[in-house]
Amino acid sequence: MRKNIGLKSFAWLVFAFLLIPLLIIVITSFGTNSTIQFPIKGFTFNWYGKVFQNESFMDSFVLSLEVAFIGTLAALIIGVPAAYSLARHKVFGRNWIKSFFLSPTIVPGLVVGYAVYQFVVIQFQFPILQGLMLGHFLICLPYVIRVVGSTIEQLDFSIEEVSWTLGCTKLQTFFKIVIPNITSGIFASFMLAFINSFNNIPVSQFLSGPGVTMLPTSLMNYIEYNYDPSVSALSVVLMLGTIVLMFIIEKTLGLASIS
Amino acid sequence: MTQRRLPYIILAPGMILLILFLVLPLISIIFPTFFDGGFTFANYISFFKDEYNLGIFWRTLRVSLIATLVCVLLGVPTAYYISQSPKKWRGLLMSITLFPLLTNSVVRSFAWITILGQGGIINTALMNFGIISKPLTLLYTEFSIIIGSVYLFLPLMVITLVGILENIDSEMMEAAETLGANRFIAFMKVILPLSVPGIIVGSILVFTGSMTAYTTPQLLGGNRNIMLATFLYQNATALGNWKGASVIALIMIAATVIVMKLFDWVAKRMDKRGEASA
Repeated sequence: MRKNIGLKSFAWLVFAFLLIPLLIIVITSFGTNSTIQFPIKGFTFNWYGKVFQNESFMDSFVLSLEVAFIGTLAALIIGVPAAYSLARHKVFGRNWIKSFFLSPTIVPGLVVGYAVYQFVVIQFQFPILQGLMLGHFLICLPYVIRVVGSTIEQLDFSIEEVSWTLGCTKLQTFFKIVIPNITSGIFASFMLAFINSFNNIPVSQFLSGPGVTMLPTSLMNYIEYNYDPSVSALSVVLMLGTIVLMFIIEKTLGLASIS
Repeated sequence: MTQRRLPYIILAPGMILLILFLVLPLISIIFPTFFDGGFTFANYISFFKDEYNLGIFWRTLRVSLIATLVCVLLGVPTAYYISQSPKKWRGLLMSITLFPLLTNSVVRSFAWITILGQGGIINTALMNFGIISKPLTLLYTEFSIIIGSVYLFLPLMVITLVGILENIDSEMMEAAETLGANRFIAFMKVILPLSVPGIIVGSILVFTGSMTAYTTPQLLGGNRNIMLATFLYQNATALGNWKGASVIALIMIAATVIVMKLFDWVAKRMDKRGEASA
């Protein structure tokens, strides 16, 4: 293919626009000054130590992992059989039901959080933590329905028929034949849902209280009153997490499977 | 009989959970906004009669529209470049695009605070070079929300478009050039029309995303440039005006659905025109 210099430089300017802001954060996290500076004077790892000593960051990090994990797991348990049923069975109003399962994507995240907070936490007096997990379950479900659904649609139906002919019940076939054949879809949807739930802010914004603050919210609250390089350091830690996840996805499924 | 009921039994738990924890909560917040003694639209009429509210409404639409346009302008050529690059490079270029997308949005907004702030990189650089004597107000403006939104959603636009553009035969471009079009004209007349479905899907994502985003306007907009999402939060928490917050919630949902339908409608019309001319 002949190279087009104009197009190439345009594209690389866009790549620079995408990467340079994040690169600046990495550099500022090593500055010795107590406010963020660029270019930095001196070099220190102290801010990273500060991040790991900050209890509210650490507590909210653990909570974020827990909530994202439980939300995703619940979405898989409910969503995988539902996606299978929508793909394989003759269901009355199938398209309607499918869009109903995808509906949490149409409702803005902040509204989801607000509605769950008002109804579940205020009216029905559920603990905030349970409301938070429910909210995250709601936003995880569409990923499972969409990704696992399309994996099942690509799966050859005849292998299930063979399994039935050979004497397996439908339930046995589902666990012994269908599930092992759609693990890549399950894993991809798990990763997508987990990352999105972990990074999500709007849903958690209303559903937080004493001791119940997710990491992104905790970081955002910190930014509103502080402008020191520990914010950069925590950002770098989060970026490293992203890189590790991308590496795992690339090695197992290929990044193309989640984009 | 059980065979026929089976799918509904499998689908029931998910549907019940969605009804209990999404539909009913939404109804419970939106229902009261239509009742004040009797059925009424008064809450919505007064929302749109208030200049301050209208300002926020139009700002939200304006910011989302500009961010979407910029994402299309930057995204189409970039996605085309990625789709035309050799396979071994494509993975790397996709990773460069995916990385910001998978990074937390607080981090991505924070990056622009360090760039645009009073003591930020741009102001420091301009003052060091003696171009300006007082720092420019770049942060906490509509401009900073737009940059933040573009930065947030451009990867989504590029990735959506790469999926479409990869399927376009590269010989089409060559054919157009052989027939006498220069590269720019060939791009405008061949690649651009073929990428319209991707542009539409991408635009829906960017437009509805910017319109309902909370983090970016909260961190980059400041108190003077409130958007619908931050206004909802402010109403519900600082002002204690829950009805007002619910009114904004329905306006946000309605705006999202209307924008999606509008883009779908445009896409269908363009499809029909394509068939007619083919």
